[in-house]
Order: sequence, then structure tokens, then C-alpha cells
Amino acid sequence: MTSVREWIDSGRHAVAERWHNAPRWMRWAVIAAVIVFFYALPNREFYQWLGPIPTTGSNFGQVLFTVSIYVLLAVGLNIVVGFAGLLDLGYFGFFAVGAYTVAVLTSPSSDLKTLWPWLLALPVALVLTMVSGVMLGTPTLRLRGDYLAIVTLGFAEMIRVAATASDFLKGQRGFNQIPHPPGSYSDGKPIFGVLDPRPYYWLVLTLIILVVIGVRNLNRSRVGRAWISIREDEDAAQLMGVPTFKFKLWAFASGAFIGGLAGALFAGKQNFVSSQNLELLNSIIILAAVILGGSGNIVGAIVGGGLVAYLIERFRGIEFFGVELYEYRFMFFGLVLVVMMIFRPQGLIPNRRRAAEFKDRRKEVIVGG
Amino acid sequence: MGETVQKPTVPEQAGAPAVESTAGDREPLLEVDHVTLRFGGVVALNDVDFTLYKGEILGLIGPNGAGKTTCFNAMTGIYQPSEGEIRFRGERITGKKKHHITKMGMARTFQNIRLFPEMTALENIQVGADAHHKTSVISALFRLPRHRREERDGIEKAERLLDFVGISGRMHDAARNLSYGEQRRLEIARALATDPVLLCLDEPAAGFNPAEKEELLQLIRKIRDQGITVLLIEHDMRLVMGVTDRIVVLEFGKKIAEGLPAEVREDHRVIAAYLGVPDDDVA
Ligand SMILES: Nc1ncnc2c1ncn2[C@@H]1O[C@H](COP(=O)(O)OP(=O)(O)O)[C@@H](O)[C@H]1O
Ligand SMILES: [Mg+2]
Repeated sequence: MTSVREWIDSGRHAVAERWHNAPRWMRWAVIAAVIVFFYALPNREFYQWLGPIPTTGSNFGQVLFTVSIYVLLAVGLNIVVGFAGLLDLGYFGFFAVGAYTVAVLTSPSSDLKTLWPWLLALPVALVLTMVSGVMLGTPTLRLRGDYLAIVTLGFAEMIRVAATASDFLKGQRGFNQIPHPPGSYSDGKPIFGVLDPRPYYWLVLTLIILVVIGVRNLNRSRVGRAWISIREDEDAAQLMGVPTFKFKLWAFASGAFIGGLAGALFAGKQNFVSSQNLELLNSIIILAAVILGGSGNIVGAIVGGGLVAYLIERFRGIEFFGVELYEYRFMFFGLVLVVMMIFRPQGLIPNRRRAAEFKDRRKEVIVGG
Repeated sequence: MGETVQKPTVPEQAGAPAVESTAGDREPLLEVDHVTLRFGGVVALNDVDFTLYKGEILGLIGPNGAGKTTCFNAMTGIYQPSEGEIRFRGERITGKKKHHITKMGMARTFQNIRLFPEMTALENIQVGADAHHKTSVISALFRLPRHRREERDGIEKAERLLDFVGISGRMHDAARNLSYGEQRRLEIARALATDPVLLCLDEPAAGFNPAEKEELLQLIRKIRDQGITVLLIEHDMRLVMGVTDRIVVLEFGKKIAEGLPAEVREDHRVIAAYLGVPDDDVA
């Protein structure tokens, strides 16, 4: 086992080395190729050549949309958990705030009867999710570790209960006829329709690229340094002049913003939002994705989010000795997480720093035991 | 480093007789005013009272457990005094936020090194330099000119400071990979990056051999020559004697002596404290 791991590690290091030593243009070329690949992916003319990768049980374009939403969520949660080191177990709550804000403002089933277009509701949803992030963060971010995890868990559950029980939020009946994003082709047909999921996927993909650029800029500034210093030694950070509370709040607000964006996009595609969309498990899946990919690393979060969401969908319709694998998806992820924690706690594509932090902990365990 | 602003507007004391002549114009920088600090039943600081004057190197010494580190912690806002107060640059700092006190010009190092271990030496210093940076989240997000300018300044400052403390070769190494001595120096550089008026060093020479100690003394003098006041915790008496202008001695949370190094060295209570002789045997 160890030798296999070493072999994989050395391979990864070689790739990383190559990457860092490659000329700038070559790196850009690779990035451009990857982006083009993902834009091309939902087209049948392209994916039919990809063997077992496309899903058999469901529309591949639809699957890619779901996957892209999870990637967006993983990138957002990675700011909170990976960079700032704040354990947020209720991240999906922000997705809910985004989706429900759009639903309430646009749907004919809403009591408000405002019937706004999607694009007008979007900024309101983003602002509201950020506000909810700040409101949740202000009392809780002074707490540390376990308390924060419990309070955030409670937050997501509170939103779910509110959505289920309150008349205003329509419970399981939900909101229907939520309008789609605007835009039409030259022949007058809408770009964002009911039948073709691909434009939604392309929209999310484009937003992922923009979000990743933004997050990367933050991470390579005093903001990112503040987050990492908080994660590594919060007291020392304060004593070096880092206003830790302020930056933790910013981590929360930025994460919430991205979660709300994902929720608003989901509502605009799905047409229908109800309390059934708000499984507690979703928060855990996103967290699992971030940990699986490599907490603290943007590429890791993208890979983790993509892989987890894709595998869940890939299980659909596959039978194994007469058992539908999809039914066992969560057990499978539990298993994967346990195995990861044992053999690769730093994730598939770890952040250089976090990998070392984990190594230290492993040593402590061995020395202590 | 930017302390001219703080000069009080007192007219020149032309005819006033020099009451005390030991430390030049003796402008108080830090006043620890009858501070008592308790942890449950333990009295870690007991009515401690001393003043630190601008431009001096003050030694804070005493046997292990005397309350030296606790005194630093009270000054830097980690603990609040149970009684008494602490003033820095004439302002009461009791109850102020830690990062605010740092911005006022007080910086420190730790007895047990507390760098950000996975950040590079450069990044560690940049965190210190960020204390005075004003780049907002928005301007970092869009890489606006202020972000670029402050980022450049931070890197230049880090290069200068790494050179100043003598570890310029380790700029891009993670702090955890530095040797023990290099880590101690990096901690000093990180503290200096916050542009302090007062630098507090908590046993910076712990674990050093005599040659390293000598180098450290030179570094401390160099820091003072930049106009920075230094408060130095140390329990190696000889080291303190060589570099400090004045010394405050703590024992069991109480100040037992204060004065010039030569005076303190002769003080029978200090000798007793260091030799472990009970008080009454000496008195
Ligand atoms: N957080 C704390 N809780 C309880 N007791 C403490 C705490 N910090 C320090 N002390 C006690 O205060 C006394 C002074 O400790 P300290 O300031 O670390 O001494 P020094 O730095 O002079 O060696 C010791 O008796 C220590 O046990
Ligand atoms: Mg101490």
C-alpha cells in the first residue's frame, strides 16, 4: 500500500514540478484546452467518443449541470473550511437562501406576487445570502471549533424546518414556474429553455471561471494571508495586527455569496423549488467534496466537487448483482471518506501547506501512540 | 519609525532641573500602573508597577514562573488586568483589541515560537506588514492599484527585514523548515514588520549557544539604534547585563527590584531570588 502511495505521490510531484517549470504560454495553453474541453463536453458529437464517461441512466447535459453546481458550491465552501479553517456544517443553508429568494420574488405561487424576472431577483438573492452569512457569522465567529460546527449545522436545519413548516415558503408544494435567465437566439427562441440543459451548464461553467479568478485573487492578497494565518494560529495572527473577526466574517460572507449564487442558478434552471431540495446531507456531501479534493486548494475543490457529484449521478441506473448502486451512494461516500482519512487525509490534490499540517498530526499520533 | 507624531507639545524645559538623568529626556512610552492579575487563586502579577521610557532597552527578569510572560500577555491584550491599568503612548490600552494595540505600535515575539509554520518566511513577514495596509477585500478581489502597491511594499519590506535579521537566503522556505535560530530571527523580523515603537522580546535567546547569544545582542542593539524601544525578557542574567539600560526584577508576580544593571546585580533580594535562598534568611 505504502509503495503504491509513494509511487502515486512521486508521479504527482513530477507533474507539479513540470507544471511550475513550464513556460507561461504553455500553462495558459493547457488551461485553455481544459476549459475548451469542458465547454465541448455536453455535446453528443463530442462525448460519444469518451467511452464510459457519459452517464447512461440520465441526460448527460443535465448531469453536467448538477455537477457544475456542486463544483461552484465546493469552491465556495473551500474558502470557509479550506482557507480560513472554519468548520461550516451548514453550508447548504446559503444555497437554500439563494434559491428561495429567487423563488419568492419570481414565482406566481409566491404570496408576494412580485413576479420579477430572474435577472432582477439574482442580485437581491446574492445580497440576502451575504447578509445571512454576516448575520450567522457575527455571533458565532467569536466561538471556536466545535461550537461553530454545531451552530452552522443548526442554521441549515433551521432553514429546512422553516421551509417545510411555513406557509409563506410553501413547504413540500414549493414554488413553481420560476422564470429562466433571459436571452434568446437570433430566431427568437429562448436560450434558456426547458428541454436543453446545456446552456445552463455553460452559464454555470462561465460563472465558475469568474468566481475562481476572484477567489484566486483574494487568496493571493492580504485577505488570503489573513485567512491562512487565522487557520494556522489565530492568537498569533491577532497579535500581528490581523483583525481576525473581520476576516473570518469576510470568509463567511464570500462563501455565502457563492452558495447563494449556486442556489439562484439552480432555481432559474429547475423552475421549481421546494423543501425537498434541502436535504441536510447536501451540506455533508459538499464538505466531503472539499475534503476529498484537498482542503485549501482551489483546484482540489473543483476536482472534489466535480468527482463527488459526477459519481453520484454515474451510479444511477447501474445494477450490480441486482442491486441499484444509486441507493447505496451515501454509504459509498462514507466508505471513501474513511479510507481517505486513513491513507490520504490531505485530499487528492492537497494544498502544499495543509499537506504538511496533516503530516505533523500523523507524526504526533505515531509518537503519542 | 514614525513616532515624531506622538511628541507631546510640552515647551522645551529650559530652566527645569533634571530630576532624573538616567535615560535622556525620559518620555514615558509604556506605563504598567499597579497591575494585579489573578488566574483563579494564582496571583500571577501582584501590584506590578514600572515605566518604560522611549529609546531605552529595559530588561524584565526573574526566575521561571515569576510572571514575565504574563506581563507581556497583559500588555498585548491577551489578558485583562484584575486591577490597575496599562498605558501605551499615554493611552489606556486595557480593554483594547489585540490587533489594535499592535497597530498602535507594540509588537512582540513569543517564548515558544509561534510563527505561521506553513507560510514562507516572506509570507510571515507580509502578515506583519499587512497590519498597516489598507487594501480592502474589494481592491484585492479586482487587483486594484492599491493592492498592487501595498503588495510590492510588503515584499520590499520583507526583503529588507530578512536581510536585517540575517536570514535573507530563506525567503521562500516554509517557516517550519527553518532552523531554530532562524525561526527566532524570523519572529523578530515579523514583529518589526508591523512598524513598532516598542518591541517586546520574550526570551529570544532561549536555547542559544554563547556565540548565537552574542549575535542576538548585536541585533537588539541594532534595533534600538533604529529608534525602537525594546523590552527584553530574559533569565540569563549575564545576557541582560550586557545590553539593557535598566532592569526590572520580578519574583512570584511581585516587583522586587528596579534600577541600573550594576545596582540590580548587587541587590541582595535579586541574588536571593536567583540563588533560591528564602527571603528571611537574607534579611
Ligand atoms: N493562563 C493561565 N492560567 C493559569 N495560570 C497561569 C496562566 N498563565 C500563567 N499562569 C501562571 O502564572 C505564573 C507566571 O507565569 P509566567 O508569566 O509564564 O512566568 P514566566 O514567564 O516569568 O516564567 C505561573 O505560576 C503560571 O503557572
Ligand atoms: Mg515566560
